Amino acid sequence: MGIAGWRAAHARHAGIVGLAAAVLAVSFAFDLATGPAMLPVAAVLRTLVGFTHDPMLSAIVLSLRLPIALMAVLVGAALGVSGAVMQTILANPLASSYTLGISAGAGFGAALAILVGAALPLPGAWAVPLAAFGFAGLACALVAGVGQVRGATSELLVLAGIACLFLFQALLSLLQFLASPEALQQIVFWLFGSLLRASLAKAGIVALVVACVLPVLLADAWRLTALQLGDERARALGVRVTRLRLRAFVTVSLLTGVAVAFVGTIGFVGLVAPHIARLLVGEDQRIMLPASAVFGALLLSAASVASKLIMPGTVFPIGIVTALLGVPFFAWLVLARGGRR
Amino acid sequence: MRLRARGVTVRYRAVTAVDGVDLDAAPGEVLALLGANGSGKSSLMRALAGVTKHGGSVAWEGGGAVGYMPQDNASSAALTAFEVVLLGRLRSLSLRAGAAELAAAEAALGELGILHLAQRQLGTLSGGQRQLVFLAQVLAGEPRALLLDEPTSALDIAHQLQVLSMVREAAARRGLTTIVVLHDINAAARFADRIALLRQGRLVMTGTPAAALCAEALRDAYAVDVAVGPGPDARLVVVPVRPVAA
Repeated sequence: MGIAGWRAAHARHAGIVGLAAAVLAVSFAFDLATGPAMLPVAAVLRTLVGFTHDPMLSAIVLSLRLPIALMAVLVGAALGVSGAVMQTILANPLASSYTLGISAGAGFGAALAILVGAALPLPGAWAVPLAAFGFAGLACALVAGVGQVRGATSELLVLAGIACLFLFQALLSLLQFLASPEALQQIVFWLFGSLLRASLAKAGIVALVVACVLPVLLADAWRLTALQLGDERARALGVRVTRLRLRAFVTVSLLTGVAVAFVGTIGFVGLVAPHIARLLVGEDQRIMLPASAVFGALLLSAASVASKLIMPGTVFPIGIVTALLGVPFFAWLVLARGGRR
Repeated sequence: MRLRARGVTVRYRAVTAVDGVDLDAAPGEVLALLGANGSGKSSLMRALAGVTKHGGSVAWEGGGAVGYMPQDNASSAALTAFEVVLLGRLRSLSLRAGAAELAAAEAALGELGILHLAQRQLGTLSGGQRQLVFLAQVLAGEPRALLLDEPTSALDIAHQLQVLSMVREAAARRGLTTIVVLHDINAAARFADRIALLRQGRLVMTGTPAAALCAEALRDAYAVDVAVGPGPDARLVVVPVRPVAA
């Protein structure tokens, strides 16, 4: 009854993730079908499969909508997975790359590139993401460095991460204080988070990173699951806790850095997608990591659709919509399922 | 497996928690480790389990895994009892948990009579059930020796008896060298073949319960005056009387 029950629970959890993936596919289709141009669905479909010679139509669908819809799914998945791993290795339900200064580092990097952008020997569309990614990496290195020196306990990494968050927020405020009104406006818009900067090339990069990082994390899935029983018990089971924690931290920081670099700071997804996954499928990381990816993707994709529907003709900043849409859903989930455990 | 530990020393910065302990344990033997809070019991266990840096030598002769069960930390991970026990096979678990691993987890739950708890969430189990699940986790790893750190703390007397009986039976059935940290001296007198008494990181007494549980040694180790006498079933019973005046 132990094995059979376990297999049944596993099948149920896989079913839940499959169902969420199906809903994600629907959301993705809606994302492609909606937009300020109010195109008929049939025309969108024809364009996607290549049966159109209308340059206007293919420009809207293939150059605007497809990159945005793909980016929503990929960035959502990246943020969901990185939030799940952060919460696991830091034994902290509030941890995400947002609370640990990785996103703040990216924000500072982006603002810096916006301010001195003209002086950089880079094409404009890539200078900001590169700087954002670079400073996300720096923030990660700071936190991991502290962990390396003093033993990577979860408390220490959380404290170092929060310190990093305040440091980069202060530096960002300084830049905003010094910036011209035009640059300030650009910085603030970047910080809102937006999918409008998406392109197929950028979506391809995020896809590549997600595809590379997920297997690496899944290889540690059992060890990450064991870590949730506490450091000492994980050690007793043969886990090299400090190494695992730093390895996973750096891996997901890379994931977050890439995602945030292209779309700006979208805070809520990384925090909430793992909680939804945990409530529905438990903490066996082999299923929880893919589930966090799917729920993160679903949240951001649905937010992308909603951002176009709130005010027809305009696209709301996605960072705002994500929280407005996600908070009530999350509250409902916690209240409805909270009594079960 | 036979334990042969010599001069084991554990230091945390300026504090010496374990100070040159020599300890032996034979296969199939149940050794209770006693001592006041802070006497170095847990640190010694960690050194024997190989999860902390230590001086001296710890040799497990005969080969095989050492199953170490740390003190309960009240983790409420969203895992079922079955998943927790399966993690006992971590060293050999593939991503798709093989049939041998699943069978070992089920067998360990069955051995302790808690198969009915398999699909329960860890957070919904009682203290006694939790300890049995974690004991099953250790047993699932098919160890040749057991190191149990306070498996009965925070349990009522019925569950203390249940958990210690399970330990005793499993140790006898599998011929496990077992070292168990206990706070309850009478439980140690009842369940252990031998008792080792720690005081300020040093071993002050080892021997059978009848030999080790003398009033002087206990007074020395716990700073409490005790009365020791025969209990109803001829085993020794220890009753604390008053703290030793400083």
